[in-house]
Amino acid sequence: MTTASPPPAVLGTQPKPAKRAQKRPQKRSWSGWLFIGPFMAVFALVFLAPIAYSIFLSFFRNQLVGGNGFVGLANYSQALQDPQFWSSLLRVTLFLAVQVPVMLLIALLVALALDSGRLYGKSFFRISIFLPYAVPAVVASLMWGFMYGTRFGLVGNINSALGISLPNPLSPELILASIGNIVTWEFIGYNMLIFYSALRVIPKSLYEAAEIDGASQFRLVTAIKLPAIRGALVVAGIFSVIGSFQLFNEPAILQSLAPNSISTFFTPNLYAYSLSFSGQQYNYSATVAIIMGVITMVIAYAVQLRGMRKES
Amino acid sequence: MKSKISPAVLRGSALALAAALALTACGGGGNDAGGAAPAEVSADDVQAALDKGGDLTVWAWEPTLEKVVEDFEAEHPNVNIDLVNAGTGNDQYTALQNAIAAGSGVPDVAQVEYYALPQFALAESVQDLSGYGAGDLQDTFSPGPWSSVQANEGIYGLPMDSGPMALFYNTEVFEKYGVEVPTTWEEYVEAARTLHEADPNVYIANDTGDAGFATSLIWQAGGQPYTVDGTDVKVNFSDEGSTRFAETWQQLLDEDLLAPISSWSDEWYQGLGTGTIATLATGAWMPGNFTSGVPAAAGKWRAAPLPQWEEGGTASAENGGSSLTIPAASEQGALAYAFLDYANVGDGVQTRIDGGAFPATSAALESEEFLNSEFEYFGGQKANEIFAESAQNVSEGWSYLPFQVYANSIFNDTVGQAYVSDTPLKDGLKSWQDASIKYGTEQGFTVSE
Repeated sequence: MTTASPPPAVLGTQPKPAKRAQKRPQKRSWSGWLFIGPFMAVFALVFLAPIAYSIFLSFFRNQLVGGNGFVGLANYSQALQDPQFWSSLLRVTLFLAVQVPVMLLIALLVALALDSGRLYGKSFFRISIFLPYAVPAVVASLMWGFMYGTRFGLVGNINSALGISLPNPLSPELILASIGNIVTWEFIGYNMLIFYSALRVIPKSLYEAAEIDGASQFRLVTAIKLPAIRGALVVAGIFSVIGSFQLFNEPAILQSLAPNSISTFFTPNLYAYSLSFSGQQYNYSATVAIIMGVITMVIAYAVQLRGMRKES
Repeated sequence: MKSKISPAVLRGSALALAAALALTACGGGGNDAGGAAPAEVSADDVQAALDKGGDLTVWAWEPTLEKVVEDFEAEHPNVNIDLVNAGTGNDQYTALQNAIAAGSGVPDVAQVEYYALPQFALAESVQDLSGYGAGDLQDTFSPGPWSSVQANEGIYGLPMDSGPMALFYNTEVFEKYGVEVPTTWEEYVEAARTLHEADPNVYIANDTGDAGFATSLIWQAGGQPYTVDGTDVKVNFSDEGSTRFAETWQQLLDEDLLAPISSWSDEWYQGLGTGTIATLATGAWMPGNFTSGVPAAAGKWRAAPLPQWEEGGTASAENGGSSLTIPAASEQGALAYAFLDYANVGDGVQTRIDGGAFPATSAALESEEFLNSEFEYFGGQKANEIFAESAQNVSEGWSYLPFQVYANSIFNDTVGQAYVSDTPLKDGLKSWQDASIKYGTEQGFTVSE
């Protein structure tokens, strides 16, 4: 972390401290604002204002009969007792607990393999593993959705070619795993790249020293590589936590293929979306989104704290 | 490095989330236009508006309107119409509702399906057309669509088309396995068994849970699960009609006789073409979709009257169909009404029939030319005779909820579970009922069972 240390405070002499104190901050603030002004304006417009507006909205309730009225925290207490909201949260938590470790572990293994220098055609592997990340999530979901089809899809083809009956990936029991598969496919390359670039900046001298000490490749990984990229691991972990809680594209696309497996409250974001766009419950939707935002922040922060504590 | 990135990530995520929800929240403004008396606009006013001319924005997805707009503009050179496809069904309603709430970008004319109309009427988002003289059109339209555009003692749209139901069937499949075309739902279940037994790849129909279809069949069975009187609403799926539907359809579900293919999917079009899906009970607007979507099966399909709940009965129901409305925020009411009148009562009707649409006016439904037209796709069958008869026999007394758009959106959450689990259809309907009641109550209605 870089810190901007103030210049040594030896500029002036004792007299006129009051004058300088008056003048300098003024000058500073004007020129400073000139530079950050554009950013602050956009920041306020596209970030702060929407948040403030959402919080404002969450204190009201607009009914089809009876119109708009201030309801205080009623939306929040409703959300906290809403079984649909909790079931959606539970679902993404389960998703987080299973999918994220699997994805990060595979990404890590791939990154280590690429970094080991023993892989033939390294850049080919790197690009082909990264490629799915370049496919838009909507397209990826559609593509996988077609493959999952038991009638005309790949699963159907396998079934009829081999005369077997694979379980339907779009059934209510398997749909979460099927979505996990899509997300893993999409994001392994992305996480691999984060890990790989962190591995590349490890000083060569450490490896040389380890070689002199007669360390094995495995020891190299556990003693040098993993500790060195812990920061990247934490970052990737936080990204994944946020991504899991924000799960939306994949279930939203697959919903048309498996309407009975993916409910309107499948994930918190999908729930907020349905509340808004089918139910016109904008206020309640804002409340759900705010609560989810807070929960996401808390959990991501917990992941970060844990990652840091291990290091120290 | 970590301590620097992570808070930024956190902030970014929270902000992105909030930004996303703020986007959705844009439609959150209040709508205070409730209870306005209908504007009195005479025929002269409408004519004056036509002579003066102006610009109209029309939101509709109905393809045959394109030609109607063209003709209208040719006839009235002063009028310039911008026909916009703002999405089909729910997508368009969302856009419309957002525009209404935002108070800008509201079109002058909007297509709204019958099932969604009560919702817009209740919120007074669309104008009561009685003031334009729409009340005189009672005998112009066939009874089903006409009753569909009325709510709260007002007339909130002019019927554009209608969807009296019929049974479309693949005659090749039925002939191949020597099965008679069912005339009752009991026979239908029987036919489903025979066909599926003869060829495990053949299903009588596809169904993954479709709110519009289920409510239409309940409608046909004489069920009245929804009773609406202003803001007093009753939802109850335990009446005889609903129970009948549930019991019959439960058999099809239990024996896996329905293809788990969603309508309008690629698989669906393939299934209709290859004979995997042997029948389709739906609205009379379907033929156009057959011609364009399933060209491979031309000549194989036929239309038949909808199977009956009582042997020898003639009851039917509507499935789909939409009206043209004038949003309350439009400042071009008179001119918009002139277009509505042209498209749905005047010359536009024939233009749309020629384009393959199914009309809602009695005159068109009874005309010899219409009844005698032969459908090449159905092997020269005069299918309109069947559809027109079905239109005459639509069961009376049906009404949709004033929040049907939402209710339909949660159909698969509730009733849909019967399609993928051991939940009986009856219980699914019960949870749909409960969820609808809960939503209605939250929205300020007085809802009871």
